[in-house]
Amino acid sequence: MVSIRSIPTSPGSLTLADFPWIVEHREDRCTLCGKCTAVCPKDAIHLAYKRQRIPNTSLEKSKQNMGYKTVISIEQRTDIERRCIGCAMCSEVCPNTAIWPTLNTETNRDQFNRHVGGAAWTRGGRRNDRSSLLDQIIFKRISMLTDPALDAGRHEFQLNTLLGRVLAPDEYIKRTVNGEWIPPVREIFPFVIGSMSFGALSPNMWLGVLQGVAYCNEVLGIPVAMATGEGGCPPWVLKSPFLKYIILQIASGYFGWDEIIRAIPDMQCDPLAIEIKYGQGAKPGDGGLLMWHKVSSLIGRLRGVPGGVDLPSPPVHQTLYSIEESVMKMIQSMATAWGFKVPVYPKISASASSKAVLNNLVRNPYAAGLLIDGIDGGTGAAYNVSMQATGHPIASSLRECYLDIVKQGKQNEIPLFAAGGVGKNGNVAQNGMALMMLGASGVHIGKYVMQAAAGCLGNENNRCNVCNLGICPKGITSQNPKLYRRLDPDKVAQNVVDLFLNIRTEMKKIMAPLGRSQSLPIGMSDALGINDKAAADLLKITYVC
Amino acid sequence: MCRLAMKTAETPFSPYSILTSMEAMKEGYDGSGIGLLLRGIEFAEFKQGENDPILSGIAHTEEAWYRLMDIMEGKGFKIKYDHEYDIDPELFDPANRYKYLLRVYKLPKAWRDYDQKKIDLELMKTRLELREDGEAHGGDLTIFSFWPDVISIKEVGWPLDAGKVLRLDDDRIKARIVMAQGRQNTNYGINLYACHPFFIEGVASMTNGENTAFVPIKEWLIGTGFPGYSGYQSDSEVFAHILHYVTKKLDLPLEAYKHVITPLSTGELAKHPQGDFLKGLREVCRRFIIDGPNCVMASMPDETSMMVMDHKKMRPAAIGGKPGEWAMASEMCGLEAMIPDRDPIYDFQPMRDHTIIVPSHRKEYKIWSQFDPFPLPQVA
Repeated sequence: MVSIRSIPTSPGSLTLADFPWIVEHREDRCTLCGKCTAVCPKDAIHLAYKRQRIPNTSLEKSKQNMGYKTVISIEQRTDIERRCIGCAMCSEVCPNTAIWPTLNTETNRDQFNRHVGGAAWTRGGRRNDRSSLLDQIIFKRISMLTDPALDAGRHEFQLNTLLGRVLAPDEYIKRTVNGEWIPPVREIFPFVIGSMSFGALSPNMWLGVLQGVAYCNEVLGIPVAMATGEGGCPPWVLKSPFLKYIILQIASGYFGWDEIIRAIPDMQCDPLAIEIKYGQGAKPGDGGLLMWHKVSSLIGRLRGVPGGVDLPSPPVHQTLYSIEESVMKMIQSMATAWGFKVPVYPKISASASSKAVLNNLVRNPYAAGLLIDGIDGGTGAAYNVSMQATGHPIASSLRECYLDIVKQGKQNEIPLFAAGGVGKNGNVAQNGMALMMLGASGVHIGKYVMQAAAGCLGNENNRCNVCNLGICPKGITSQNPKLYRRLDPDKVAQNVVDLFLNIRTEMKKIMAPLGRSQSLPIGMSDALGINDKAAADLLKITYVC
Repeated sequence: MCRLAMKTAETPFSPYSILTSMEAMKEGYDGSGIGLLLRGIEFAEFKQGENDPILSGIAHTEEAWYRLMDIMEGKGFKIKYDHEYDIDPELFDPANRYKYLLRVYKLPKAWRDYDQKKIDLELMKTRLELREDGEAHGGDLTIFSFWPDVISIKEVGWPLDAGKVLRLDDDRIKARIVMAQGRQNTNYGINLYACHPFFIEGVASMTNGENTAFVPIKEWLIGTGFPGYSGYQSDSEVFAHILHYVTKKLDLPLEAYKHVITPLSTGELAKHPQGDFLKGLREVCRRFIIDGPNCVMASMPDETSMMVMDHKKMRPAAIGGKPGEWAMASEMCGLEAMIPDRDPIYDFQPMRDHTIIVPSHRKEYKIWSQFDPFPLPQVA
């Protein structure tokens, strides 16, 4: 049957009301300067010609008529490829406050139409779920009259944590007496800048973050660490004294490791640690993915590939087929590369099997810790379904692991680090400290750093989240110089420093009323309360209401 | 806040004198309980053998009392002396107090070939077994210590009243060291086991202040699997167990205790002559770091006494006395009451980095600072 053409509709046609973001535009304020249309990363708005009706309402009946004129106006596109992502760059550049996107709270019909060409929806960013169990956890064990609370502003606080295999005390004494090998342990700030690769981040972002990290370490004495993610590190960094603040990641694609291995003889110092990535909270079961948009010639050179090709890492390390091999061979190989002077630890996705991995590590004398990454972690590129629905929340996974090693009396020997959703709604210190009191030695933060230090526009309402396409409007996750030159590395560095100062203060404000200052309250679960009985029971903390 | 009093002297003295001295500091406690630990015992009516363990506790019922005797007999212990307190019937409330235990035993013959370490362990296990037996029977048997040369008395109520009930002023028991703490652990709940001083394998400590890092420390101690690391009705019990761990498990000197519970910062350790070793020690014993506010007083099997402060010196404490006789107390008035003729020139209030050690010779006490070189040349 032939379809009628008098009504212009098709199965995939959408109207403005179907999209998650609707661009509001004030004609009366618009000067048609064109900045908004030029800056829009998705080409979601354009200058369009419109026919405008001009009624002549003269009192003389003979002069009353309807006139028309052609005007130029801003129009939002209604095709899936060019949908508005709510980044609000239009609003940011508008000199006259004439345009802004608003969140459409209706069911977004566009979600049913994202299969263009049979492809599944891929994106970057976050899970798009505002709920956060960590936000619900409060610190309720206050030293009130039983003993005076501490003074967050004036008392001295020890806020650092340890990364590295810590020996049992009797073993430490024995090895010290006998002059035997003692595993390397790093004293670091417990909020670590999580793995974001040099390919995923723009050069300016990377530089800014590293500058900020160096300032925290060298000027402020806050030993902030940052992890590289897969894909290596710029050669000048490898040979710089800043390497000691950097956790180098090796992942299943081994990208960047030719450069790293070649640079070893020229390194001025050891890296802070080596992270072996077996899994990522945002997309468990997937390897890293750097889409072709972002594989510039520099990134290609660092990764040993031609530019402009997709770089999907395999889901598993190809040389391994069992966890025993992972811990025995890979950790030991990496430790050997730096003469057993650098901590080597695995990163895994939180899952029902996290405990099994941990127990294996406990028996390996070279494993320096375990990083568990929960479902609320972010990523540069992934399938939407992976980000949305695959994985395990961090809180219960971490707690289960911690309580397991407590039973074995090994909680001081293998530091657990937690990641995935720390600070997703802005409460970074609260979330991080809650995880530490559940048993984490520290936490990794990625998205929060991008948001707080570089002004990342993404949020859990699927705002922006186009990190995968290389069109980051702030220049944070783009390899396009036109975009990343929008980002001033010095300002990023300043923000990195400010955010760590802020975290440090908030940590003290949490610890002081608990009467803790001399060591991180790792595993101090008696301090925690939650207004959710089921969660309290599962996490073995107190239910409060 | 509770008050601590401890006296160590060459010549044995009555524990009652410490209770009366505690009255000087009475504004600092609420009458909820008293704990006494005596060491270097001298009975008026019995000459105690060096290795004969003394069982201290309370049999709350007659049934518990007979059960206790059966268990001890079954293990091969022979009773050598059963001290009957001369209880003042007018002050005594017999409810739930069938008998205060103070029984000196002879070790079982089967232990004859055991080395000292094994004997220590078996004594502790016996104590725990008796305690568990009491707990399994509705708490009708409370056991505080079982060790040669140590007596523990714990009771609810005003400290001096407890001493009067037991007629501790009758000079039938004297000791060279008496530790006293004037409050029950009211932070958690009234329980005789929660009363200081705490005891494990000859090591005893008492504390004032709250231990905010209690849960992680307790979890780690339990995780070591050592049977004596149990109980924890009080957050302060871990102080005794950490001291035991440091000196008995790690075989480190007393000075290491301070480095374990309140380690120096990284910057301070960088300047310390044994900074590398101490940094490592801080890392491996990280779970033992306390936050205070606490003053810890302790005594060891060889009659060495010690006192340390929390990292911020948030609790008052003082030591004073004269050669041969030293007192430690929460307040100066406590010193004054314990040793009225002390020489004030020896008065000292330790600060955050100090450990005070009174050796068993008691000729003088040592003020050791954490910034001083650590006395462990073989490892450092």
